[in-house]
Amino acid sequence: MEVTCKGVPYEAFKDNEYIEKLVNELRESGTNVIVGTFDKLINWGRSNSLWPLTFATSCCGIEFVSLGAARFDMARFGWEVARASPRQADFMMVAGTIVNRMVPVFRRLYDQLAEPKYVIACGSCAISGGPFRNSYHVAKGIEDIVPVDVFVPGCPPRPEAMIYGIMQLSRKIKVEKFFGGVNRQEKQREFLESHPVE
Amino acid sequence: MANIQEKLAQIIPGATIEDDGTGIPQVTVDDKDWHDLARKLHDDPECPMDYLVTIVGMDWVESLGAIYYLASSKTLQRCSVRIQTTDREKPMLHSVADIWRIAEIYEREVYDLFGIVFIGNPDMRRLFLNIDWVGYPLRKDYNDDPALNPVSTENERQSDFTNVYVEKEDGTVEKTERRVFEADDFVVNIGPQHPATHGVLRFRTAVDGEMIKKIDVYMGYIHRGVEKLCESLQYPQTLHFMDRLDYFSAHNYHHGLCIAIEKAAGIEISRRAQVIRVMMDELSRIASHCLFIGTYCMDLGATTMLFYTLRVREQILDIMEKTCGARMTFNYDCIGGVMQDLAPDFVQDVKALLAVLPANIKEYNKIFTGNVIARNRMIGVGTLSREDAISYAVTGPSGRASGWACDVRKTHPYSIYSELEFDEIIATEGDSMARFECRMKEMEQSARILEQLVDNIPDGEYCVKVPKVLKLPKGSWFQMVEGCRGVFGVYIESDGTAKPYRLKIAPPCLPLATVVDHITRGAKIADLITIGGSLDYIVPDMDR
Amino acid sequence: MYDFSTITGSIHEFLLSFMAPWLAVLTECLIIGMGLLLVYSVLALIYIYYERKFCAAIQCRLGPNRVGPWGLLQSVADMFKILIKELIHLNHIDKFLFALAPYLVIIASMLCFAVLPWGNGLQIIDFNIGIFFLLACSSIGVLGILLAGWSSNNKFTLIGALRSGAQMVSYELSIGLSVITMVCLAGTMSVGGIVMEQQDCWFIFKGHIPALIAFVIYMIAGTAETNRGPFDLPEAESELTAGYHTEYSGIHFGFFYLAEYLNLFIVAGVASLLFFGGWMPLHIPGWDGFNHIMDYIPSVVWFVGKAMVLSGVIMWFKWTFPRLRIDQLLSLEWKYLLPINLVNLVLMVCIIILGWHF
Repeated sequence: MEVTCKGVPYEAFKDNEYIEKLVNELRESGTNVIVGTFDKLINWGRSNSLWPLTFATSCCGIEFVSLGAARFDMARFGWEVARASPRQADFMMVAGTIVNRMVPVFRRLYDQLAEPKYVIACGSCAISGGPFRNSYHVAKGIEDIVPVDVFVPGCPPRPEAMIYGIMQLSRKIKVEKFFGGVNRQEKQREFLESHPVE
Repeated sequence: MANIQEKLAQIIPGATIEDDGTGIPQVTVDDKDWHDLARKLHDDPECPMDYLVTIVGMDWVESLGAIYYLASSKTLQRCSVRIQTTDREKPMLHSVADIWRIAEIYEREVYDLFGIVFIGNPDMRRLFLNIDWVGYPLRKDYNDDPALNPVSTENERQSDFTNVYVEKEDGTVEKTERRVFEADDFVVNIGPQHPATHGVLRFRTAVDGEMIKKIDVYMGYIHRGVEKLCESLQYPQTLHFMDRLDYFSAHNYHHGLCIAIEKAAGIEISRRAQVIRVMMDELSRIASHCLFIGTYCMDLGATTMLFYTLRVREQILDIMEKTCGARMTFNYDCIGGVMQDLAPDFVQDVKALLAVLPANIKEYNKIFTGNVIARNRMIGVGTLSREDAISYAVTGPSGRASGWACDVRKTHPYSIYSELEFDEIIATEGDSMARFECRMKEMEQSARILEQLVDNIPDGEYCVKVPKVLKLPKGSWFQMVEGCRGVFGVYIESDGTAKPYRLKIAPPCLPLATVVDHITRGAKIADLITIGGSLDYIVPDMDR
Repeated sequence: MYDFSTITGSIHEFLLSFMAPWLAVLTECLIIGMGLLLVYSVLALIYIYYERKFCAAIQCRLGPNRVGPWGLLQSVADMFKILIKELIHLNHIDKFLFALAPYLVIIASMLCFAVLPWGNGLQIIDFNIGIFFLLACSSIGVLGILLAGWSSNNKFTLIGALRSGAQMVSYELSIGLSVITMVCLAGTMSVGGIVMEQQDCWFIFKGHIPALIAFVIYMIAGTAETNRGPFDLPEAESELTAGYHTEYSGIHFGFFYLAEYLNLFIVAGVASLLFFGGWMPLHIPGWDGFNHIMDYIPSVVWFVGKAMVLSGVIMWFKWTFPRLRIDQLLSLEWKYLLPINLVNLVLMVCIIILGWHF
């Protein structure tokens, strides 16, 4: 099964093995025809309607603003409905450094997002701490705080890279299973159980 | 005009006046006399030292202390005062928060990072770090074991009380507690994740209906410890952090630190490099003001303006990208000049930009500035008087809108600015409208500078040779440049090695955020957005 | 002009042929209810797409163009997602009121649909106080917003709700007065009657100056009623995160989202009813050929088309103007719009008495 986005050839994506692996995992467990159709419908809706949370801490956030502007225009994909309230957003573009003081706030924002929720670690600070990794007050990557779906490297990543990153997220959603089987949410639950919040 | 050295000798008899590397006289005074002397310096009729540029916290191992950089808004002269204490267990200095209003937050910063308690400061809380943070990170003996201060997802412990240290008659110091808000205040948290705070800043706002009673500015949500990081890096390596403070003034900040290092190392750079640097500074100023106008209008509800201003910004980013290879973190200015030569069509692109800019500015004015709703929202909102602007060290376009001529390009010209013709935009109203219009007009002035330079880029080398491992001589240097939001100061103290002993960054945005509390008293919640937007602070810049 | 009452009448007779009258009416009610729900949701989706494309055009962008042809399915995808999004249950809130609020808002706007003149003979109910009923229904919406803000137990939502309370109550006055002005001209409160009165000439031309003033005031007040920019204070994104619906997620938020667009349609629809003849085609007295051609365009197209154009104007406001402050908002209503409106009403009455209208 070739999972792709409209107007983008399958070969243009760089990590097809990963998606194929995901698809194979899903196939192994088998799907009911009716359930499979429902899944497709739901995934079509979810993957095509990704509303970001207005959340930015530093430089990458400005590139995210550029992403909305006329040149890159993320509205083409339907991502422009940036919600300021986490309850109404679908994914969180972690654009910028997360420091120790921000960690509880950030985790809380993540917990406030309504399911299904996705996280994109955008920029080297969010991925690993980036240039500030050695600092006393910087979290070394957000992977330890929330489960991350897509990493977009760069400092800051170019808007094109961000579009590519969100497309990858959309592809991942397309092969998700809502009813039974290998469920992304189970992995997420595992993560949350191993990283509890008091 | 009295010489500043004579003046200091007159006010502080018997003090030894040294010169730091940048020609700013420095005196060392005793902590006991400091408060009275500060009062005298501030109130001096001829040369009032009414502008506190920054307080540099210092750890000289055998003593802890602070260096106060002062300037006069009248005569433009500068001086610095050094005070220190040898007590490392309970270091205490006297506060000057009652003389310069901005000192309150600067002293809090020093307290947070060095643990020096300021007697008499009305608000001695930690500024960037949590209450229960162990140790003071900028001290040389700081233990940075992550186990002491782990990354925790637990909610931060907060106190409604702040500490005040009061000195009694007999010289003993007593710690008292004071409430930040009244007991029955309705406190609304605005931020850290809020669309209007321009990043992760948090306002704890006490409101009465829609009226604001008091704002407690709570920062540190993006405090990355840049100053500490710089101490472990060589000079050329420290430069790249300048891109990530105020990411709109990346070129200007680079320029500032480069000048400081070049002065210290005695490097002369070519005229071509200087012209390129100035052009880049002014281009980024236009880009930055464009984004300011866009986001400000968006804060006020006119979303469409953002898209029109970003159009010009994208054009400028294209010019920069061709030369520097990046859209945001350029890392272009380097010690000895600039990293790369200009792209072949730089001149042509800049000319194309200059051709469309006036039409765009006209369009912005047509859409927004003349709009009756916009005018009502901005005129008379958040008025900041000239005295307060100086006392709060509000520089940049925000300070100039209050009538304070504080443009470093004019007051203490650096690079080739003294040869260029441009006006310093000064308004007197001091309200949000004035701040907005100042920026609008500054774009035109920047374009004027570019026009003068674009055809006169001299030939020559773009970067002079500098030693691979650059060691600065012992000493200290302070350099101010005009960022897009105000005066950016950088202080370097070297112990003769290839790494700075202390690198202090004096950001313009910290005062801008501090003054919000002062000018929003009695305003409405919607005005907070107007005022905060018009001050145009960048949170990673103030937190560093 | 094709009269839809022939279809509805034949359905009625068909049902009566094998049903008891009460059962027939009940069946009709059910059919209408289903139809209304369908129209409601489809219209909302069209509107969301319309607004996104419209604002993209203003902002020199392209707008949605990937999902479906020209991005037409974008809002459908959004709806699918919102339907299956998690409904977050909050602690420490009034759960009943919290759940009730979005339904109140949606019911208020749905009730208004009952009296809109969709086409010739295509009106769910036409009774003698139609326009009054419409005003009454639309004011239920503010209750929903107030409840939403209050029951969420959140300071932002509370401020948003209080703002919206002050705003809606004030602007209801202006809407009411400008509607009364036009009712004076029409001489009837029945929606069908108002439309028929405009057979020769739309009221905006018939009532010239006072009608024009009433129209401008109606559009301003209508924008305020729908909580749209520049009057979007209750949900001012840059001030109050998302205003009164900050705490709502999933389909509950979807209801607020839909209701916002449907209210926009209703306001524009009422404007087209009062000033541009509802479903009535453009008739110019004396130009019989022209009038005949106009009659060939179906009445539903006329009504929806007018409503779309007028909502385009309201969207244009939103994407151009900055937001007002709460005190400026209230002083605009109480110090300017209300007195002008009162004077305008007197002016209209004078014109009607003196017969100075067309």
